Amino acid sequence: MKVTDDKPVKAKENEDLALKKVCIICAKGAIEDVYASLVMANGAVMEGIEASLFFTFFGLDAITKKRMNKLHTGTLGNPAMRMPGGVPFPSLLGLLPGVEAGVSTMMMKQMEALDIPPVDEFLDMITAGGGEVYACKLGTDMFKLKKEDLCDHVKDIITIGQFYELAAGDRTQIIFT
Amino acid sequence: MGQINIAGQMIDINDEGYLTDAKQWNQDVASELAKEEGIDLTDTHMELIKFLRENFESGSELTIRKVGKSGIVDIKGFYQLFPKKPLKLASRISGIPKPTSCI
Repeated sequence: MKVTDDKPVKAKENEDLALKKVCIICAKGAIEDVYASLVMANGAVMEGIEASLFFTFFGLDAITKKRMNKLHTGTLGNPAMRMPGGVPFPSLLGLLPGVEAGVSTMMMKQMEALDIPPVDEFLDMITAGGGEVYACKLGTDMFKLKKEDLCDHVKDIITIGQFYELAAGDRTQIIFT
Repeated sequence: MGQINIAGQMIDINDEGYLTDAKQWNQDVASELAKEEGIDLTDTHMELIKFLRENFESGSELTIRKVGKSGIVDIKGFYQLFPKKPLKLASRISGIPKPTSCI
């Protein structure tokens, strides 16, 4: 074992190269799409990386008050879907009423067991760390959503031009989930 | 792997600066590591450190959500106490391993 008085903090040397900002676009409203965005945004702020979340099209469900905590995962057309125990999920089963809701409830339960919070609480955590949440102007116009339909985490409804302004600066990454 | 000298005691740490043996930790170690990061430890810091160490000893995985539900501080307050990288920073100062959860 090497004895040294230096601070052996390798991470410090890499700080000048570390990511500074991530701009994450969430355009889909299924549980797995929304959570991919939320996990990445929360993970960024926890690393001291600025994070902006931009919700558009069906992703807007995740910041729409009435829908944000009732997201579903699709049970049709998903070849990776499995029954508990790992048996392939028969596609036709996904057609039956209530199956999608049941599968979605189960997914949320599994995530809760891993300490992954519901959407509104997740957004609380992200904004508490300084992350910012935006809604897409085009998307909200299309779905006839007003600012008051959206949750309080939403800082503003912005255009794609404004989104690119947010992404300005070096060491920024734009992530499309 | 390396060692640092804190208050006359040799402490084993890994490449990222985390203690490799949580038992070598004491309050002097915490104060010294916090000072390196520009943090003066307050009673609230210490209360949180105690919570983190107890969580580690219980073997359960540490998440920022757990800290938010600790009743000691909310998540916003946690970011203020341990700026930028709250969970990593607090873990390092608490003498416990780097957090492995994604939350």
